Amino acid sequence: MSRNELDARNLLCPMPVIRTQDRIAELNDGDTLTVHATDPGALHDIPAWSRIHGHLVLDAATVGDEVRIQIRVRR
Amino acid sequence: MNVPESDAALAPALAAPTVGTARKAVALISGGLDSMLAVRVVQEQGIHVEGLNFFTGFCVEGHTHAIRKTDSARPKRNNALWVAEQLGIKLHIIDVVEQYKDVVLNPRHGYGAHMNPCLDCKGFMVRQAHDWMLAHNFDFIITGEVIGQRPMSQRSKTMPVIAHESGAGDRLLRPLSAQFLPATLPEREGWVDRERLHAWHGRSRRPQIELAARFGFDEYAQPAGGCCFLADKNYTVKLKDLFRSRRGRRYELDDIMLLKVGRHLRPAPGYKLIIAREDGENNFMRGYRRQFTSLRSVSHAGPLALIDGVFDEQDLLLAARITARFCQGRDEQSVEVEIASPAGAARNLIVTPLRSDEVQKEWYL
Repeated sequence: MSRNELDARNLLCPMPVIRTQDRIAELNDGDTLTVHATDPGALHDIPAWSRIHGHLVLDAATVGDEVRIQIRVRR
Repeated sequence: MNVPESDAALAPALAAPTVGTARKAVALISGGLDSMLAVRVVQEQGIHVEGLNFFTGFCVEGHTHAIRKTDSARPKRNNALWVAEQLGIKLHIIDVVEQYKDVVLNPRHGYGAHMNPCLDCKGFMVRQAHDWMLAHNFDFIITGEVIGQRPMSQRSKTMPVIAHESGAGDRLLRPLSAQFLPATLPEREGWVDRERLHAWHGRSRRPQIELAARFGFDEYAQPAGGCCFLADKNYTVKLKDLFRSRRGRRYELDDIMLLKVGRHLRPAPGYKLIIAREDGENNFMRGYRRQFTSLRSVSHAGPLALIDGVFDEQDLLLAARITARFCQGRDEQSVEVEIASPAGAARNLIVTPLRSDEVQKEWYL
């Protein structure tokens, strides 16, 4: 199991979701991905995408001017 | 053909038990009500559905709400994702920005009222869906199209064009108007029961709203046409200006994103100024300071401005005076404006803000 980071700052929706989707496609069951974004919409959209694809959202929070979402990959 | 709007017309999708097959359909999901209903109608027949949503760069939804703080009362969410979650289906969002350029720049079927290539766009998206269907071993494609609802792409004459030019042929099912169209493969093969599909036609929204109520969809994006900036007059004026200024019909993603924000003023043919209108746009445009020369007042609160194009020292002075016009020192004798290059080198100019009557109306795009 690996821990991974994705910088999706300064991207507007749906690009943070697309980057998350593409990155998770490369990961294995149990891996985690932490996404950093500045689009406030990512706080809703990335967890929504994760849920409908069966991944586990460990954390979703706004930290200062950024959104941070942590996901555990489920296959 | 009349529009069936009675309860009886709505009944088929709800009355019979699900057929129950292992067939799989891929649906174009816009985030609006029609595609949401089309999916649920087919799900009711036991079909496994997954959704596709294409990012062209011209989508209205999401971006302006994400950028502008004045829209903060509206939910900052992607409606296609929200719809997918309500339907319990997977949604695959696909970046088609590069491929879509040919649709925008060279539409075989021409444009609508502005630069909206609706028929080519629909054909492109169905073709993408068809490719995806083949690659993922799905059986057919569904869309939320309704005959007569849109003047360009959703007419009885153009629907076969989309099916043919996309390559989808009779694997393209429009559940909301299916009974007005020739039977498709999923219907002929019995994968779906044609009698439980619909025969909607025209611009009335009543059947959609009634079926939404029956399905328990009490929240959905408001329908009608406002999903693409290419159908927006003000936006396309700026896009055409971009093409003129570059002496060619070409664009990059950043170009079309920046057309969505700020006031755009072109004081001279060689360059234009993009001036933020509020804090959300200021924040968004800060991300472009490494690509454009930027200006902002440092003596008074005011917006960030970016210069796009070729300019000289006199142009910079005018740009600084225009930027000062939009800051809180607009009525002062002097305002200090910082000018920063993309490399980060900054210098300050003290300028007199332009008077309002000196800002030419024809500068505004």
